[in-house]
Amino acid sequence: MIKVEGLSKRYARNVAVDDISFEVDKGQIVGFLGPNGAGKTTTMRILTCFMPPSAGKATVAGYDVMEQPFEVKKRIGYLPEIPPVYPEMEVSEYLHFVGKLKGVPKGDLTKRVKEVSEKVNVADVSNKLIAKLSKGYKQRVGLAQAIIHNPDVLILDEPTAGLDPKQILETRQLIRGLAGDHTIILSTHILPEVEQTCEKVVIITKGKLVAVDTVQNLTNRLKGTQAVALEIEGRNTTLETAAVQSLLAGVPGVARVIVRDAKDNRIQLEIESEPGKAIRPDLARAVVQAGWNLNELHTAGVSLEEVFLQLTASSKTTAQGDVQ
Amino acid sequence: MNNIIIICQKELKSYFVSPIAYGLMAFFALISGYFFYIATGYFVQGSMQAQMMGRQMPMSINEQILRPVLMNLSVVGLFLIPMITMRLFAQEKSSGTIELLVTSPIHDLEIIIGKWLGALLMYATIVCVGMLSTVFVFVYGKPDWKPVLVGLLGLLLQGGCLLALGTFISNTTKSQIVAGVATFGVCLMLWILDWISFEQTTFSKVVAYLSVVTHFEPFAKGVIDSKDVIFYISMIVFGLFLTSRSMESLRWRS
Repeated sequence: MIKVEGLSKRYARNVAVDDISFEVDKGQIVGFLGPNGAGKTTTMRILTCFMPPSAGKATVAGYDVMEQPFEVKKRIGYLPEIPPVYPEMEVSEYLHFVGKLKGVPKGDLTKRVKEVSEKVNVADVSNKLIAKLSKGYKQRVGLAQAIIHNPDVLILDEPTAGLDPKQILETRQLIRGLAGDHTIILSTHILPEVEQTCEKVVIITKGKLVAVDTVQNLTNRLKGTQAVALEIEGRNTTLETAAVQSLLAGVPGVARVIVRDAKDNRIQLEIESEPGKAIRPDLARAVVQAGWNLNELHTAGVSLEEVFLQLTASSKTTAQGDVQ
Repeated sequence: MNNIIIICQKELKSYFVSPIAYGLMAFFALISGYFFYIATGYFVQGSMQAQMMGRQMPMSINEQILRPVLMNLSVVGLFLIPMITMRLFAQEKSSGTIELLVTSPIHDLEIIIGKWLGALLMYATIVCVGMLSTVFVFVYGKPDWKPVLVGLLGLLLQGGCLLALGTFISNTTKSQIVAGVATFGVCLMLWILDWISFEQTTFSKVVAYLSVVTHFEPFAKGVIDSKDVIFYISMIVFGLFLTSRSMESLRWRS
């Protein structure tokens, strides 16, 4: 559905996007991940024909963003970082206006506005001035604006930025609900968001592509070892961190013992196994035999956060290497 | 075409939901009423003096009331322009709504013309409200109405050309204040350029020719001179052309 090949964008002094290539299939939700200033917004702006690329090619639904911007614009719904709403308009008036701009046929317009308002839960405020709405509602109106013409592709720039936790959950649900009908690219610097909503991740830092893969593959890629989280409590006796550490390190198959937290006579540990070894039964046995309480024991998969940090950190070192 | 109307409607509406439209109309009506009162006062005084002296003097409502009022309004109009145009693009840029317009399937030129037309209709409304006081001369006298219409046309053309320049200036900045001040400066310059015409050099003639107010004078008299119409229309086209260039350059630089 979306195909980006060797895309670059240079501003006067700096390179915002440097030779990025990726593809998105129809109906996929793709997370566009990177720290602030990585070039996410720039890439999205190129895809939405807001600005042309300096080099490379991008096609949306088979249409080139440079050569046939009109066809691309018709098929894209775009929610910029700040929802592009007019505070002096009422919600339904605004959606009518955007519908007309996007070329929704006159006969369908009222019906379409109603449908969309219900879909994103703004029907109850449809006669309110946008200026009077809360940030969460404004964001939803922004989302309604993006899907009013039922576009094939939705591009959402940090759709959950600045919302409270409840609104974030609602927005994520909403986005997941939109998948299937639409191909969605959403940018974010919040990792759990990608883990929860997206099927595929594109990671960029400093304008460079770091990884394109499914969430599953990315976490598996760095998961050759198994990590186990433990909480141990001392029974009648005071727990000594060093003693615990040395005992657990002696369990066969354990590669590393990290103390996460120690307070109130309780110790939280994270233990990494040697590759391909199951260590949980032995660990449990060792703790119980030592006469401690085993409060908690579960496997902790490597989170996307760690993957991300490892990937972006390694790209940083190579970049520095290039300079030297 | 359809898109132009959509944008134009939106612009016009956003003027009327804010106090600015009403404020400007009230201000303009007040000023033009004042001018009208003064012009009528002089006219009445003049005709009384002529009667007392028993001399025949040529008196014309068109020449002595309507023409000075139109001339004054054309100058006051210069001060309205920045207040109308400053928000056109600057506001959209600072609030981010420009991204919506630019990523919608419509041409830049449709956005620009729509906005300019919205501003022009706003300006026309203000001028018409300002001209209301002249209704009195039609009630109590029999002036020729055609020169009044020509004068209104002149006001619209002059306004249109300054609005086009204001639209361009608003497109170059994110700040409404900057846009307003710069537009005000340009309007002022275009008015006073013609004061240089006491000199008779070619240079000063060219400079004076650029003054928008000079080209309005024939309209105030009730004369439509194709030279002036072409001047105004080419200024409008020039202003809108600059705006479209500016929008395009933003896209490449942004």
